[in-house]
Amino acid sequence: MLKIENLHVSVAGKEILKGLDLAVRPGEVHAIMGPNGAGKSTLGNVLAGRDGYEITAGTVDFGDKDLLQLEPEERAAEGLFLAFQYPVEIPGVNNTYFLKAALNAQRKYRGESELDSMQFLKLVREKLRVLHISDELLHRAVNAGFSGGEKKRNEIFQMALLEPRVAILDETDSGLDIDALKMVAEGVNHMRSPERAFVVITHYQRLLDYIVPDYVHVLAEGRIVESGDKTLAHKLEQHGYAWLDERRVPERATP
Amino acid sequence: MSAPLLLQELERGFAALSGRQRDAAGLGAARREQLAAALADGLPGARAERWRHTSLRALERRAFSPLPASADIDAATLAAIPGPRIVFVNGVFAAALSQLDGIDGVVAMPLSSALETGTARDVDFLARRFEAADETFARLNAAFALDGLLLQVGAGVQVAEPLALVMLGAAGDAEHAVHLRHCIQLGDGARLTLCEYQLAATPQAHLVNSLMHLHLRSGARLDHVRVQAEDAGATVLARSDVVLGSAADYRRIDLEIGANLSRHELNVALQGKAARLSASGVLLADGRRHVDTRLQIDHIARDTACELTWRGLAADRGRAVFHGGIAIRAGADGTAAQLSNKNLLLSANAEIDTQPVLEIHADEVQASHGATVGQLDEAALFYLRSRGVPEQAARTLLTLAFCRVVLDGIGNESLRERTDALLSARLLQVAA
Repeated sequence: MLKIENLHVSVAGKEILKGLDLAVRPGEVHAIMGPNGAGKSTLGNVLAGRDGYEITAGTVDFGDKDLLQLEPEERAAEGLFLAFQYPVEIPGVNNTYFLKAALNAQRKYRGESELDSMQFLKLVREKLRVLHISDELLHRAVNAGFSGGEKKRNEIFQMALLEPRVAILDETDSGLDIDALKMVAEGVNHMRSPERAFVVITHYQRLLDYIVPDYVHVLAEGRIVESGDKTLAHKLEQHGYAWLDERRVPERATP
Repeated sequence: MSAPLLLQELERGFAALSGRQRDAAGLGAARREQLAAALADGLPGARAERWRHTSLRALERRAFSPLPASADIDAATLAAIPGPRIVFVNGVFAAALSQLDGIDGVVAMPLSSALETGTARDVDFLARRFEAADETFARLNAAFALDGLLLQVGAGVQVAEPLALVMLGAAGDAEHAVHLRHCIQLGDGARLTLCEYQLAATPQAHLVNSLMHLHLRSGARLDHVRVQAEDAGATVLARSDVVLGSAADYRRIDLEIGANLSRHELNVALQGKAARLSASGVLLADGRRHVDTRLQIDHIARDTACELTWRGLAADRGRAVFHGGIAIRAGADGTAAQLSNKNLLLSANAEIDTQPVLEIHADEVQASHGATVGQLDEAALFYLRSRGVPEQAARTLLTLAFCRVVLDGIGNESLRERTDALLSARLLQVAA
């Protein structure tokens, strides 16, 4: 479904990703862990199509599409979702209006009929109920004046509404208290399905207590240096990332 | 040096006006004098300080017919503007399109009727002399204006329904110079919502020169929304001279989103103690449009306040010019003045000139001003696109959001929604 091969990415002339490989199949949850500066956020941003990253080598296939050839909005419509580490505040743009515009643009791209206001609101209410989110978020401008927790809730709500095929969560746990963390995890777990995959990028093992991954990968110095099951996350938690340096494995592990 | 073609043609046109038109209400001499003054001083050139950023060189070589010429307009053109309303087509009162019945406590009539039947006192404002050499268009207005809106809201009268003043341009056998003169007075404690529209019924390249006098007496409140969405070929010169009495409250919003060349001068005198002004607006200069707004706010009495919030957008090869002048006179202590002018430069070939000017001669005043020129927030743009919103739509959404602070100031909900829709539709045409 999502297949990354030998991905090399530079930012301002400095190589950040140095031959990253990752294959994600439908239904799987992959956790990507790693120390600061390993390239975790770069990976999320490059997949979503943010400007400012130079891809010097490698390929990313998404379904039958060459992901790197698509505009960000096309990637979204193809079913890729990035939950931002730092969701952007956009004063003056109403959250509901924005989400309706986004959902209908995606539907139009896929040749589906656009939802009218009634249909859209019905869908919104359904998603809010499942996620236990108050509809107060809807009446405000996108993320404007939201607390850190509210911003992350809004990301999860958007994900639930847009129903992506692959959702990338970029350090969604950073800065969250335990209640917000549980809410995020519940949202993700509720959406787990045989057709949908998740890539959960995180610095800490804590989130993975609530979103139990099928695979854990360690990203260090621009590539995946270790892969395993969920027990790998616990090992990292116990020994710290320094432990990796002692037993760095040269081969690239792909599940 | 002979007068430019524009003025020569107007002078010829003046001679062609009927004596009855020229001399109505005993104004013949005043009209001739103002025309002569305009011809003597010519059009303001590059050295005229108040016209430094707006060149009239292309305009002065054009010829416009000053003879009134109405045109038939399909009433459907006005479907989006509910009554009560007063409509002028190419500067001539259009009775069939206007609905002025049944507004209690309000006297509303076209200037043309007052000139024919009214007393000289009703139209004495027409005799005002414009002394400065660069007031060419006000002088031309004084010479030529034969129509406009006369509106008086009686003391204590609260008008619930917004009143629309609509100026429509329609194609005819010539390019016309249209001169309209409006005078609006609110008595003590009166309240009114006025929406003023300058629109194109059909594509044309007229010159529209309108001058509005507004007087709010003690405790009166006027909510005023003005939308200038003229044809891309049209030239619009608008001037509003406002006098605010004590504790008068004037809230105004201007959308300058049309015309080829647009110049708006808003002069407000806060004459009475504790008078308040809120004036906001959006300037949109796309294509090859030149949009110039010049505010001159004069705090004369103490404890007066103004809040000026303007947003400028320049795209393609457009140019937006904003001058925010605030003077706080000696004795106007306790005055609060606030000016914010933020601009978005949406293309490398567009231009924005912004100049806030504060002149303070009083004590204990609070005054602040800020002007910025920036671009769309790339992070916000990416965020919207990452959710599936196509790039152009995302840019439009962010551009509209940038103007939201202005639109949010419209108190009347249906008027706000209508104005919002107008601006949204217009922004869709902008290649941001």
